Amino acid sequence: MRVALFLTCVNDTLYPDTGRAVVKLLTRLGVEVDFPMAQTCCGQAHYNTGYRHQAEPLARHFSDVFKDYEAIVTPSGSCAAMVRELYPRLGDRARAEGRGTALAEQLAPIVPRTHELTEFLVDVLGVTDVGAYFPHTVTYHPTCHGLRALGLGDRPRRLLSAVRGLDLVELPGAEECCGFGGTFAVKNSDVSAAMGTDKVRNAESTGAEVLCAADNSCLMHIGGTMARLRTTVRPVHIAEILASTEEEPLT
Amino acid sequence: MSGTFIGMPAFSPPTLPAFSPPTLPAFPTAAKEAVRNPTLRRNLRYATHTIRAKRAAAVSELDDWAALREAGRQIKDHTLRHLDRYLLQLEESVTAAGGVVHWAADADEANRIVTGLVKATGESEVVKVKSMATQEIGLNEALAAEGIHAYETDLAELIVQLGRDRPSHILVPAIHRNRGEIRDIFTHEMSEWGRPAPEGLSDTPAELAEAARLHLREKFLRAKVGISGANFMVAETGTLAVFESEGNGRMCLTLPETLISVVGIEKLVPTWRDLEVFLQTLPRSSTAERMNPYTSMWTGTTDDDGPRTFHLVLLDNGRTDTLADRVGRQALRCIRCSACLNVCPVYERAGGHAYGSVYPGPIGAILSPQLRGTASDIDASLPYASSLCGACYEVCPVAIDIPEVLVHLRERVVEGGPAVRQGAKVTLRPARGHAAERAAMRAARWTFRHPGALRAGQRLASGTRRLVPRTLPGPGRAWSATRDLPKLPPEPFREWWRRTHRPGGQAPADRQEDQR
Repeated sequence: MRVALFLTCVNDTLYPDTGRAVVKLLTRLGVEVDFPMAQTCCGQAHYNTGYRHQAEPLARHFSDVFKDYEAIVTPSGSCAAMVRELYPRLGDRARAEGRGTALAEQLAPIVPRTHELTEFLVDVLGVTDVGAYFPHTVTYHPTCHGLRALGLGDRPRRLLSAVRGLDLVELPGAEECCGFGGTFAVKNSDVSAAMGTDKVRNAESTGAEVLCAADNSCLMHIGGTMARLRTTVRPVHIAEILASTEEEPLT
Repeated sequence: MSGTFIGMPAFSPPTLPAFSPPTLPAFPTAAKEAVRNPTLRRNLRYATHTIRAKRAAAVSELDDWAALREAGRQIKDHTLRHLDRYLLQLEESVTAAGGVVHWAADADEANRIVTGLVKATGESEVVKVKSMATQEIGLNEALAAEGIHAYETDLAELIVQLGRDRPSHILVPAIHRNRGEIRDIFTHEMSEWGRPAPEGLSDTPAELAEAARLHLREKFLRAKVGISGANFMVAETGTLAVFESEGNGRMCLTLPETLISVVGIEKLVPTWRDLEVFLQTLPRSSTAERMNPYTSMWTGTTDDDGPRTFHLVLLDNGRTDTLADRVGRQALRCIRCSACLNVCPVYERAGGHAYGSVYPGPIGAILSPQLRGTASDIDASLPYASSLCGACYEVCPVAIDIPEVLVHLRERVVEGGPAVRQGAKVTLRPARGHAAERAAMRAARWTFRHPGALRAGQRLASGTRRLVPRTLPGPGRAWSATRDLPKLPPEPFREWWRRTHRPGGQAPADRQEDQR
């Protein structure tokens, strides 16, 4: 199967290790991965901040870049949710504004073909044991868009549970938002920071070495808070854990 | 009834003015205070987490919850679509049952009508059962200006009124107070309003409830005029319904000679059968009860039973404008259960007062800027008072997609555009204070439309990464005051891909080891 990696602008710029991990993991599972160089951003930040009309050209660009692939895989719950949940809404709203069906029709084909990474592994590839090895205590934070918009359910936990050596411990208040929320993190920085601190304290209380999530945007906020609070827990994207093997462990 | 308190009290109990948007700080400013108040944080955390868990348990008992939620959504949407017809049907039914219907386009008109009705009775005090609509319009203040004293009889409303405070929650308006604070308020304030608190009052729930019961009983037995809201109005029979837990509503609705109900026009359902759905979803969503202890229903007036005179004041106050908005109108489905407040991580930390409205929490963040417009600092900031985590939508018993409406209202704030205000189509101008953000969004969009420019920017960032400080000055402090910045990598992913893979293709087998 030939799939396109939609890495997201945040991962591309700040977290290339996550991208390399996805490539390594999917390649190991026999998937032919391509990274279309023209990809940029799905438009989520624009849309969620109220700049829907600015998000439209980015959605059209996304469609142009990815339309010829069987599957589009992204290691970000919120960017996957942008495509799956909000691209259809972009089309609906354009139609409601009397701008015809062109946008809806252009975006429709890529919507069902876009998968969040853990969803792609479990639902499309049908694997939960990806042959990974990670001998550490891990707690998992289900990010809001993965949990509530995409309905990832227990997929990430099933994948983590099958990792050899990994001890998965429950995170208290796991389903509560970490407080990132895109521009919310700066527009309402006091509330955002209070939420982040509570998330970090909950992670610490588990005794885990690693807080794992499937979205680096949330981990950027949680990890930044961890660094400031000088906690011993470190943030790691789930792709990097699943890519880790005995031969090539994550360091 | 004690002889001391016959007639009008000789004092004028002080009250806080109603929420007045132009005087209120923006949400982040108000929230900052709350976040730094450990008592408030503790009170809110305990209360919201307790009720959150109870609600989840009560809802999980019903196998058909999803179907009930969908039915509630459809009943409300159908009613709103045909609101003009059902409102006229309601007026006809209420009138036929002996009631008098009044139409109030805005807060001033509603206050004028109610004040006039009370004055016509010759009374100078009224008892109230919790009504959010009357708080929305500032009725107590309007009555006070005419020398009429309004006594709140809902336990939590009583605490708020005695404490010269404002409500901070839809269902439990004194959620920000703990038992010790309530005991102090009762001990110090009750005597100024009526029967004093018993000597040596403790902070046990039973003693506090008994103190309130004794204090309120005196007012119930004396009052000739009651003012209520309603949870639902049934168009086919003209019946109004109040769902409550304490019995104060039953007292207010049945003991006075005159009953005045002030109800938002969206509280309508077409038939009795429609109530069946909400009788199941409202109590479980709000108090986590299978059924609320008191459900009072009344249809006009009845000879020798209950009030002799019944007035219904139908309140618009921005609702028709809200109904005109294709995305925003779903906010009018709200049945005021407050489940969204209890699951909201922002509400839990910012507290209800930060929302600057009788409607706090996620629902308030989409209701207030629609009912009041987005002109004030508080109303323009409310659409941003959310991380868009979606917990509110998940628990909403009428499936209001609150994040969708929040984003829609953000668009209204930054882009302006068409809206309806006081029944007229207007084009709103973008709000002030978003120029830098708008420019940044445009620049980002341009960059993202030009992958070459993105690459150049990334290479520049990586090349100068050692110069990036750990904390930022100016507006960047909003991030870096509490969080480290992420470290920039030596090269972005796309540079690595370009180096190790053929353009647009799969890595050659001999390069595989390079991938880690």
